[in-house]
Amino acid sequence: MEGAEAAVRMRDITKTFGPIVANDRVWLDIFRGEILALLGENGSGKTTLMNMLSGIYYPDAGHIHVDGREVSIRSPRDAYKLGIGMIHQHFKLVDVLTAAENIILGMPGKGRLDLRAVGERIRRICSLYGFDVDPQRKVYDMSVSQKQTVEIVKVLFRGADILILDEPTAVLTPQETDRLFAVLRNMRDDGKAVVIITHKLYEVEELSDRVAILRRGQFVGDMPTKNTNAGEMTNMMVGRPVSLNIERPEPHSPKPRIVAEGLTVRDIDGVTKLSGLSFTANSGEILGIAGISGCGQKELLESIAGLQPVESGSIVYLDPESGEEIQLIGKDPRAISALGVALSFVPEDRLGMGLVGNMDLTDNMMLRSFRRGSSVFADRKAPKSLAERVVGELGVNTPGVDTPVRRLSGGNVQKVLVGREIASAPTVLMTAYAVRGLDINASYTIYDLINRQKEKGVAVIFVGEDLDVLLALCDRILVLCGGKLSGIVPGRGANKREVGMMMTRLGGEAEK
Amino acid sequence: MTQLLALLQAALVFGTVILFGSMGEIITEKSGNLNLGVPGIMYLGGIAGLAGAFLYESSAAVPVPLAGLLIALLCALAASMLGGLIYSFLTITLRANQNVTGLTLTIFGSGVANLFGGAMNKMAGGVGQISVAATSGAFRATPPFLSGLGVFSGLGFMAYLAIILAILSSRFLNRTRRGLNLRAVGENPATADAAGVSVTGYKYLATCAGAAITGLGGLYYIMDYIKGTWANDGGIEKLGWLAVALVIFARWKPLHAVWGSYLFGVLFWLYLYIPGVSLDRSSQEIFKMLPYIVTILVLVAVSIKKSRGNEPPANLGLPYFREER
Amino acid sequence: MNRKATEPFVRIVKRDGLPLWHSWLIRLAALALALAVCAAVIFAIVRLNPLRVYGAMWQGAFGSAKRGWITLRDTMMLLCIGVGLAPAFKMRFWNIGAEGQILVGGLATAACMIYFGSAIPTWALLLLTFAVSAAAGAVWGVLPAFFKARYGTNETLFTLMMNYVAIQLTAFFVAKWENPFGSNTVGIINQTHKSGWFPAVFGQQYLLNALLVLALTVFVFIYLRYTKHGYETAVVGESERTARYIGIDVRRVIIRTMLLSGAICGLAGFTAVAGASHTISTSTAGGRGFTAIIVAWLARFNTFVMILTAALLVFLEKGAIQIATQYNLNDYASQMITGIILFFILGSEFFINYRLIFRGKKEAD
Repeated sequence: MEGAEAAVRMRDITKTFGPIVANDRVWLDIFRGEILALLGENGSGKTTLMNMLSGIYYPDAGHIHVDGREVSIRSPRDAYKLGIGMIHQHFKLVDVLTAAENIILGMPGKGRLDLRAVGERIRRICSLYGFDVDPQRKVYDMSVSQKQTVEIVKVLFRGADILILDEPTAVLTPQETDRLFAVLRNMRDDGKAVVIITHKLYEVEELSDRVAILRRGQFVGDMPTKNTNAGEMTNMMVGRPVSLNIERPEPHSPKPRIVAEGLTVRDIDGVTKLSGLSFTANSGEILGIAGISGCGQKELLESIAGLQPVESGSIVYLDPESGEEIQLIGKDPRAISALGVALSFVPEDRLGMGLVGNMDLTDNMMLRSFRRGSSVFADRKAPKSLAERVVGELGVNTPGVDTPVRRLSGGNVQKVLVGREIASAPTVLMTAYAVRGLDINASYTIYDLINRQKEKGVAVIFVGEDLDVLLALCDRILVLCGGKLSGIVPGRGANKREVGMMMTRLGGEAEK
Repeated sequence: MTQLLALLQAALVFGTVILFGSMGEIITEKSGNLNLGVPGIMYLGGIAGLAGAFLYESSAAVPVPLAGLLIALLCALAASMLGGLIYSFLTITLRANQNVTGLTLTIFGSGVANLFGGAMNKMAGGVGQISVAATSGAFRATPPFLSGLGVFSGLGFMAYLAIILAILSSRFLNRTRRGLNLRAVGENPATADAAGVSVTGYKYLATCAGAAITGLGGLYYIMDYIKGTWANDGGIEKLGWLAVALVIFARWKPLHAVWGSYLFGVLFWLYLYIPGVSLDRSSQEIFKMLPYIVTILVLVAVSIKKSRGNEPPANLGLPYFREER
Repeated sequence: MNRKATEPFVRIVKRDGLPLWHSWLIRLAALALALAVCAAVIFAIVRLNPLRVYGAMWQGAFGSAKRGWITLRDTMMLLCIGVGLAPAFKMRFWNIGAEGQILVGGLATAACMIYFGSAIPTWALLLLTFAVSAAAGAVWGVLPAFFKARYGTNETLFTLMMNYVAIQLTAFFVAKWENPFGSNTVGIINQTHKSGWFPAVFGQQYLLNALLVLALTVFVFIYLRYTKHGYETAVVGESERTARYIGIDVRRVIIRTMLLSGAICGLAGFTAVAGASHTISTSTAGGRGFTAIIVAWLARFNTFVMILTAALLVFLEKGAIQIATQYNLNDYASQMITGIILFFILGSEFFINYRLIFRGKKEAD
């Protein structure tokens, strides 16, 4: 890449959050007329690095040059002045405002708000690259993909010619993804620099001209995409060859434990999240749940856990001891556990739901057990020894059991949560994105823990995002598509491409 | 009929005080700052205006009304903006809790105002002896081109100023770029920040500008409502909290605050004018509850309906720190 | 060179786990700074040596046994309200309606004293008053809690409005119970036979107030720290989602906690009326419901620390009143001084939670 002047040159960029080093002396070059894929596992520091370019974070150390000039990017405003615009994974839109209002928000200029002129310019940008945006529409009325489009138009509207997209396809259907890629190619041909942050190899291969790889906050290397292959990229990403050697013991004598029929759920806005879903989860088996994110996985688990009001349908729990059938719908978590249903749930939002960040390990262990006994006083002795046991057995890296969990790293937080959930000897264990943000070793620890539960005869429901993991770990895989059952396939011998198809189309058949 | 007219007149004067107070607070809250220092700021504005006018009138041989008016206005604006600045510095820069800071500001403002008010009463020779006749007269004079407006005529110029300010702030919020930016800051500061809006700047400006308008309420109270004097009776504080109530009642819209303030005025004085009934003092006190009860009902109704657009700014009362994670 | 000039002048970084003595040092520094500023302000007004003025403050608070007891009594009153607010704030429920809860508690007390004063013996009357005033405060506290729990109604604004409803209600009863006629006050209730008044304990008039409040302080401390209820309150305060996830009935906890919070504030009204003033007026609460928020906040909701913060605020108030009378100012000087000191203490919290990194330096405190 010598010769061409880099649009952006980042040198020795370091950023720490407390004890966590998110970026460690990272080097990166970005060129115009090129799509760069910034590849790395979850938690490898990709987003942090780009946030420093877009003015959200300020680096602790290092230099940034834009067009050969050293710059200091203190705020998003500074970034825009340099032509840098970022589309964040969590959209930064104001719900109660319209598309046009969101797009013009924060633009230089005073005085009257001429929304008609803004609308005109938006339409021009849209027709140039092939978008579709209604400027008058309120953001809270939009679909996810429409919101993303507004974000992209917003960046272009500001004249950005260095665009950064943070995992833009995570929320899109394949058709929407194709459309997005086409637009991004248009932009590259228009001479813009495009960076996409991703951890999906096929996106790198399909879209990018060059790929740069981060691992654990460090820059590993970059190369033209055509000179590399999936194997090499994976090696660079994870640091050693991954053979997803996840153990999968044969289930013995699976029996139905949870039987759901005709499950239909709407959210508060009346949008259907699950419709007519029926399935069975067996004891001693891992039932994987696959689907594009936001396809009803959360609602499915929360319906079983008693956290989600259900419109119609039934969820029956079959007690392994008595064989009794217990209807779970219409009961809250407390009522469910009072009936003797030993349900454990590792939710996606670990610190916002599963644990209390400001409380220490002991108090977090207490969440499940504090009601025990008839005393008005809460027992802290048992939770404390449980905390010590979890720390010891799962190798939680913490100064002590009286440390607030928010100070632990992501992997340790998850160990604390999973450790607590399996400590209560569950008969059903549900996990949502159990290894998200965890390093390889921590991930394998979690897979092991789940497998041990399965061997004990627990019915495990495992919601995952990585198809490779789902295919290697689960006995059966339930594929969701838009809140409907697309199919249930056996985990052994399942075809990744086939499951991928089922995620995007009901039943996975090629329609039309 | 004359009874009704008298009630409306009383309501307009009363309403104007809280209209200033709540308009300022609406602007402040639009930036996401819940400033419970409204009574304190009104105190500061009122006492500074009074002190300015008092010092001027007692030093000038023949006080010029217009000069007194300008001095009072400037003093009131400066003092109330200072109050807003203290609040902003503590909550925005130093990230102190908004509720506690606001309440402290109310304690401080009330202390300062009553301390100096009492001192001025003493200097003037007793309670009610402060004379700022020229200035107060100027505040109470109706602009000549505003006569003949029926029940709306005969008010001091600030009553009209309040309406004009309400229209202007409504236009500012809904029809200008900066108003849009401000609304975004109160709704979702992270988004506004990412879009290049200076969240800190807007919060500071909105809070200080809001405080200035709120302070005018205190000035109007002193110069017009109680006709240029001082009493340590907590009158401003009571109205200050009503102004906070009005913000909710108006659902964060300045134009709604206009009629809402007059309605509050009617409710407040209603007990004097109920035809055919002369209430004893105890029942009057029950009637004075009305504005508060109505506000509670509105607050509950808004929270039950949850219609978008009527809700408080989404980030109201919460701090914003860009690098928090 | 270029790099230095473009770096932001100062950056703010969150810090975790500052040693306790360090954070108290920062608070003390803020207090010292505040006292210096107050001294300057006082000097500007009265042109007197600020040290003498502070000496006068000490005199005002502890100058005689009687003053000492009154300082104690008022500290206990403020502490009682702070203790009442603690459970609510632990739950992150902004109860700024203590003022109203005190008033209705006081009203209930006054009503019992007036209507049953001569009918039943004082010990029975005291028990009755205790129960009724706690119940009245609880009702005032639970109304906003119910709507918060059911519809998410903003409790800050709701409790604020309830204060004024309570004030008008008090005004109504003051007019009803007026004594003597035309005075617009209730006068001292049961002045002759003192029924319903707190009895002197060991010859000390205000010792019972102190004992009652200290008992409540210990009770709330234990309740919040060691009971299942207290644990639930803390979880709801930290994260409602977590509370739901583990099956805590959030609505019930909100209502239960506010019943307790309101009841203790109602008892503060009981102490104020039966144990101190023996009368009721719209200023019986006198802004202490708001001041107590600051007491509770500064103590981080630890009721034992509140003894210190309440004492500090009462000391300031008594001292400032002394300055005012001694140097011919009025009592409101105390509010101004309190305000200034609180501004500084509030600001100091920032330096406890964050540290600043100045341009060119590695880091600084």
